[in-house]
Amino acid sequence: MNQKRKIRVLVAKPGLDGHERGAHVVAYGLRDAGFEVIYTGLRQTTEQIVNAAIQEDVDVIGLSILSGAHVSLTRKVMDELKNQKAGDIMVIVGGIVPDEDIMELKEMGVREVFTAGTPISAISGFIESAIPAD
Amino acid sequence: MKNSWDKLIQGVRKKDIRAMARLITRVENREDGWKTAMTEIYPLTGKARVFGITGSPGAGKSTLTSEIAKELADRGHTVGIIAVDPSSPFSGGALLGDRLRMQQIFTVKEIYIRSMATRGMLGGLCQAARDVIRIMDAFGKDVILIETVGVGQDEIEIVKTADRVMVVCIPGMGDGIQAIKAGVMEIADLYVINKADKPGADEVEADIQAMLSLSSDVEGDVPPVLQTSALKKQGIQQLVSALLENPSDTQKQKVKEEIRIREEILSLMEREVFRQVRSVWENDGSLQDSVSQVMQKTSDPYTIVKQMLLNHKNR
Ligand code: B12
Ligand SMILES: Nc1nc2c(ncn2[C@@H]2O[C@H](COP(=O)(O)OP(=O)(O)O)[C@@H](O)[C@H]2O)c(=O)[nH]1
Ligand SMILES: [Mg+2]
Repeated sequence: MNQKRKIRVLVAKPGLDGHERGAHVVAYGLRDAGFEVIYTGLRQTTEQIVNAAIQEDVDVIGLSILSGAHVSLTRKVMDELKNQKAGDIMVIVGGIVPDEDIMELKEMGVREVFTAGTPISAISGFIESAIPAD
Repeated sequence: MKNSWDKLIQGVRKKDIRAMARLITRVENREDGWKTAMTEIYPLTGKARVFGITGSPGAGKSTLTSEIAKELADRGHTVGIIAVDPSSPFSGGALLGDRLRMQQIFTVKEIYIRSMATRGMLGGLCQAARDVIRIMDAFGKDVILIETVGVGQDEIEIVKTADRVMVVCIPGMGDGIQAIKAGVMEIADLYVINKADKPGADEVEADIQAMLSLSSDVEGDVPPVLQTSALKKQGIQQLVSALLENPSDTQKQKVKEEIRIREEILSLMEREVFRQVRSVWENDGSLQDSVSQVMQKTSDPYTIVKQMLLNHKNR
């Protein structure tokens, strides 16, 4: 990553599932791809996630959800972002998400969904192309 | 361009958190205009008290910082936290994990947390930290906590920008005196033995006290030594009271401030001079010519620098 501006990414796990491995792998992987990753850990409330994203002025919020509750958890985050006038922050989702739900997430405004087995390079490549390099 | 900076500064005045967060990003990225922006921020500052928190990785600094911030907020203070973690020297990326231990305060509205990577800025980190402190100060945060890992020179330098520095130690690291790294003695205004819920805290305290009583580095106020358990929330009130106590030796504070201002001017100047000289040399091609000369063995780097400086002065 040669651009001058550092891309900042928040990786957070909303909801109650304890599957932390994927979030860890992605957080370390994105660090090694040159991003500044803020990791806030498990069991985050919507408000915690949105506050952290705003305070840290991140370019991307990455939600990791393996509980099956991705539709409702993501909707809450999207609503709270709009509520706090931060609907411009890009949101991506990773975890166990069946194909039929991916469209629904995208309709809510989620920019991309990364399911099991996605290589880190696909995630880092997507973020780099989606964030303007100014 | 100028306009967009003004909007952010106005936002900071109006206590808009997104404006503060964005201003910090742009100043940290050293976008064109950052110095003008800081010139406008500067008169709004000077009210906040700044406390540095340093110590080995895993000592519990983030957990402790979170508890201190909560206690301060309970006492009516508004708090800014800067949590510094190292950037990877390989990728330039960073994993900023201090927030993991601060989850309880994410939604306390008096508290603003900002994670910051060292970005391999070789001394520049210090200035960036000072700038972020000032933006938070201008926003109206009256206490600012800055957490850094007490390992590298850079990290030690940052905490020097604080009014008071607390060094966090833990029991069970063998000899307490060994746990305190060289160089830390001269910056510590306060020692905290965290994880005092574990055995061995009294021994560490005795070691530190012994060291303090024998040291000639310590003049004036002898740094207090306190025990805490950030995990069990013990000793936090005493610690916060000790932090907030005004140092009795105002003369020493004045000397410290003078040193700080001098260092800041010199470091800003160093960067600016280098930046200007370099851009002239790069733009007029003299740098490239010089490199070729050394490659062709018609000159050497020492002579080149001497000549280029002479030419620069005569421009
Ligand atoms: C390991 C595992 C566990 C471990 C978790 C260990 C840990 N600390 O993480 C343990 C044994 C504890 C566990 C427990 C349970 N598990 Co489990 N578990 C798995 C398993 C086998 C692998 C998950 C894993 O670690 N994969 C490796 C990582 C690297 O992959 P990943 O998380 O998918 O991440 C990748 C992508 O999804 C994406 N990604 C993930 N996060 C993010 C974030 C961002 C920002 C981005 C961009 C991308 C991204 O990128 C990653 C890299 O490609 C999966 C099955 C599976 N094959 O996925 C079930 C699975 C997730 N578990 C499941 C279940 C049901 C449970 C339990 C409820 C079982 C039970 N009845 O007790 C409990 C719940 C525990 C809890 N507290 O939540 C179900 C979930 C069903 C669903 N969502 O509909 C699964 C799918 C198994 C199944 N087929 O039924 N589990
Ligand atoms: N036993 C005990 N553990 C603590 C205490 N404070 C922090 N920890 C734990 O020490 C580990 C490191 O804490 P952290 O705050 O991240 O340390 P840092 O690296 O210095 O910021 C975590 O697992 C904490 O839960 C304490 O007072 N007692
Ligand atoms: Mg920490």
